[in-house]
Amino acid sequence: MHVAIIGNGIAGVTAARWLRKLDDAVRITLISAETEFHFSRTALMYSYMGHMRWEDLMPYEPFFWEKNRIDLVKNYVEKVHEKDNKLEFADGKTMLYDNLIIACGSQWNKFGWPGQDLDRVGGMVSAQDLQYLEEITDEIKTAVVVGGGLIGIELAEMLHSRQIPVKLLIREASYWNNALPPEESRMVSRHIRSHHIDLRENTELDTIHDDGNGAAGSITTKDGEKIDCQFVGLTAGVSPNVSFLKSSEGIELGRGVKVDNHLRTSVSNIYAIGDCAEARTPRPGRRPIEAIWYTGRMMGETVAYNILGRSIEYDPGIWFNSAKFMDIEYQVYGEVPAKGRDGLATLYWEHEDGEHAVRINYEESDGTVKGFNLMGIRYRHEVCEKWIKEGTHVEQVLQNLGLANFDPEFYKQYEADVVDLYNQQTGKALELKTRRGLSAALRFLRKAVST
Amino acid sequence: MPSKSTNKSAIQYLGLVLFAIALLIFTAMLGLDNYKFTESQLIAPFAPAEGETVYWKQEAATFHQAHLKIAAEETGLLTETMRSTFAAEKKLKETYSIAQARVKEFYETEGLPQDVDEEGNPKTNEDGTPVTAQIWQVELPSWKLESERTGWIKNAATGPVSDNPWLFFLLTFGLGALGGLLYIIPKFTAKPGIKNDHIFHNPLTRGLDLSWRSLFLTFTTVGILVYGFYYMDDKLFWPAVTGVIALVIIALVLFAHNSFGRDARDAGPEGLSGWLGILAGTYFIGFYVLLYWASHHIVAWVAMVSPLSEGVYQFFSGKESGGEASQWFLYGLMYTTIMIVMGIRMISKYRHNKYQIIRTISVMFFQLAFAFMIPEILVALNKPWYDFKNIWPLDYDFFFSWSIDGFLNTPGSLGLFMLGWGIFLIIVGVPLMVHLVGKRWYCSWVCGCGGLAETMGDPWRQLSDKSLRAWKFERYIIHGVLVAAIVMTGMTLYTYFTGTGELFGIQTGGIQKWYGFLIGAGFAGVVGTGFYPLMGNRVWCRFGCPLAAYLGLVQRFQSRFRITTNGSQCISCGNCSTHCEMGIDVRHYAQRGQDIVRASCVGCGVCAAVCPRGVLRLENSSEDVATRAETERVIHISEEGGVSLMG
Repeated sequence: MHVAIIGNGIAGVTAARWLRKLDDAVRITLISAETEFHFSRTALMYSYMGHMRWEDLMPYEPFFWEKNRIDLVKNYVEKVHEKDNKLEFADGKTMLYDNLIIACGSQWNKFGWPGQDLDRVGGMVSAQDLQYLEEITDEIKTAVVVGGGLIGIELAEMLHSRQIPVKLLIREASYWNNALPPEESRMVSRHIRSHHIDLRENTELDTIHDDGNGAAGSITTKDGEKIDCQFVGLTAGVSPNVSFLKSSEGIELGRGVKVDNHLRTSVSNIYAIGDCAEARTPRPGRRPIEAIWYTGRMMGETVAYNILGRSIEYDPGIWFNSAKFMDIEYQVYGEVPAKGRDGLATLYWEHEDGEHAVRINYEESDGTVKGFNLMGIRYRHEVCEKWIKEGTHVEQVLQNLGLANFDPEFYKQYEADVVDLYNQQTGKALELKTRRGLSAALRFLRKAVST
Repeated sequence: MPSKSTNKSAIQYLGLVLFAIALLIFTAMLGLDNYKFTESQLIAPFAPAEGETVYWKQEAATFHQAHLKIAAEETGLLTETMRSTFAAEKKLKETYSIAQARVKEFYETEGLPQDVDEEGNPKTNEDGTPVTAQIWQVELPSWKLESERTGWIKNAATGPVSDNPWLFFLLTFGLGALGGLLYIIPKFTAKPGIKNDHIFHNPLTRGLDLSWRSLFLTFTTVGILVYGFYYMDDKLFWPAVTGVIALVIIALVLFAHNSFGRDARDAGPEGLSGWLGILAGTYFIGFYVLLYWASHHIVAWVAMVSPLSEGVYQFFSGKESGGEASQWFLYGLMYTTIMIVMGIRMISKYRHNKYQIIRTISVMFFQLAFAFMIPEILVALNKPWYDFKNIWPLDYDFFFSWSIDGFLNTPGSLGLFMLGWGIFLIIVGVPLMVHLVGKRWYCSWVCGCGGLAETMGDPWRQLSDKSLRAWKFERYIIHGVLVAAIVMTGMTLYTYFTGTGELFGIQTGGIQKWYGFLIGAGFAGVVGTGFYPLMGNRVWCRFGCPLAAYLGLVQRFQSRFRITTNGSQCISCGNCSTHCEMGIDVRHYAQRGQDIVRASCVGCGVCAAVCPRGVLRLENSSEDVATRAETERVIHISEEGGVSLMG
């Protein structure tokens, strides 16, 4: 069997690795037009800032692919002939496959802004985006970044590291407030400003103006303000990179490639995973397209089982994610809606320095814990997930909160403060029973396995 | 304007300038003094031993002095003023060889003197023929030139440095430290957080590509082996044995482990764009070569710190004189000063991270108190020089006969305590502490080598090689050094207890000398520290330190310490691997959700600090370590249970 994989991002590479792990005989071809070797997309910023070399972004040494008999092809797939099981490349070559995995990722959004196709306008999704920014950096005196998501703040931090003054334009009233609850969102807004990045809330891009040479020279906002800049970063989200599939009529597209619960597309031997996959019936509480590292990895693993005839449904489990907003680390486990929900109670503790916070969500009715949101504090994924999965009562969680703490040694432990806050708000007199420590955490986790 | 360097204030630029001036003076001062020898200095080391009663020994000594005097007059050693240590060395050598040849010629033509017994009566063999002295007992030995050279040149120095040692001390140590602090202190005003911007843009810290790195490594290694030939009195045996072992290891890694022909991930910058790092590395290598093998060329540095050494000595001993510095005092003082200044830098860089702050203060303290001050005070009090935190086999001469005798001959119980403490650390301290908290208790909290790596070496931690190939080399080399240290020490103890200086045809003295040269000086110093800017700051600790190997074996098989990974949060970004000074590919484990148990991990905690997603934590617990460290533990989609975090 020959499995061709379009895209060597985390989804495609995970699929290739698991195909090989599960089956020694399957022939695997990993196709990418972007780079010869897989790299960590989430680390693009570190290469630009000089924390790492480009090669350091590659999780596997070059010999890995040969050793695991994963054929690498650097080429652009122009068309999928789904009826003939054939790929057609930009240089006219073709390749036959038995099963195809589409893992072609996403591209940054353009919402039809005038001037969006000028030079020195770009996003930060691909290796080429990074390379382009590197090429034009010397021409940038000031920059504007449009869009208040994870890539927006990263791009602002990147430019800032090169001592380029940055204006970060966000449509919302505070940073990423459609994903972060208000307190956390305001915390990040404050933090961005403390790094001398000019955060413009409630501000939308209207037009990008030509500087006379076909490149961006300034922008105007919807409020009519004109801002001079030599670079406009477009980071208002991403969307599936599926335009090359439009002529393959058998493959049903929505915004992405439509897939069923087994990640199969409308063609039975074609699958889609990662950023470009759009679930027909997403699980409750989940979106049809989730352009996230972790879901890409889980889909890659799932699709390998399914292609090898070991049918399993894609189940991303309890929601989790993480990010770093300049210096503030962020982790989320479970249900933490930005605007809350009826019946969901929340315990929010914030350190007086305004850069550390713990939020614990639980059902008002029965006290079962639902979600954790951490700012500047690390919690154990497995412990939080187990509490949520087992419907543990929030008071039980609070008394054992030390089990979750994952901060480095000698760091101040705030669990007692969180418990105090709960006591204050509820008039209870709970006490913290467990402090930070691996042995207790592992014993707690092991108990889960036996039940 | 866009810039590929960090923002610096005027004060910081001033600090850099002052530091550069100090470095310039430090370098130039080696050429400032003149050297003028006097007769009394020249012949003093050859005076007959006090109370020497054997007539021909007295005669030989007087004879040596006389010939040195004559030769010195002929060569002009006592009348000319030499303008450099090189000229001085040349003239000394010339004078010495003339005297040496004449002495030898005399005994060869006149015959060797008859030996005498304890009462002074001539000794004879059973058949009545006289017992004569051996030629090596009466000739002018070559080693004496080498051992006296530094002292002669130091005493012969005249000029600005000898006249103003304190001035030069202030212009080098003082100005350098001031410059460093002016550069470092303003960093405390920046917001706390990870400070790795532009380290791979900076020509000082971006490193070398593989071919340039190999070139430096090859030249240095071959250079050391060739010099070793002369160092071992023109004997090829030990350099040849070492060369063969090196070739065997290279062959094993390349062919038995299939590294040959595999593309290495050459992440180095193009060509010589890391030129400042190359200059720094070359300077460090040069410094160590002079320090270990040519201390007669750095007498100006030693003279400069001598008043301080004397002050310390006289203060603690209550004596009026004595305590002249050796190059080891100079080295200790430099080491400590650099560690303190760069320790402050480390704290400024990681001041959001309490683990790093406490750890850095710990290594600074142990260097200042245990490695530098306490030994100096002990010597002033007429006790053996002893670093209470140094442990065999890093402290490779701990069991040498002079060392053991030194402990045993110290009046009172202190010497015995030192000996017992050293042995206790080896047998109980190391395994127990490593079991409890991992080898980090030593390597990144206490050790001087580790301390220098973590402070001065921190700017270069990212240059360690993370390839699988490097790991294979590492395992052969470091365990090879451990075996060498054990064999060498075993022979030392054999000789100590039996009095036999030879085992299986190999001389104990020879293996000790070679180990000290190759491992003690060449590996730990020249390569270990000289290569900071070329191969990262833990070259010695990773590839060479036999104590690290011992600690590592305990850590790998019998320790509670590990680095845990946090569920599935890893994004494979590679910050952990890049900034691991030991070249561990941390990401390999983190992205598999696997706990990390590695012999080489020194527990510096930087991987956990630079992780942008809070994935790594240094922890102590033996619970479930087998299952969590052995298998891939990323989110598994299993056919039965759906998503599960459990491996």
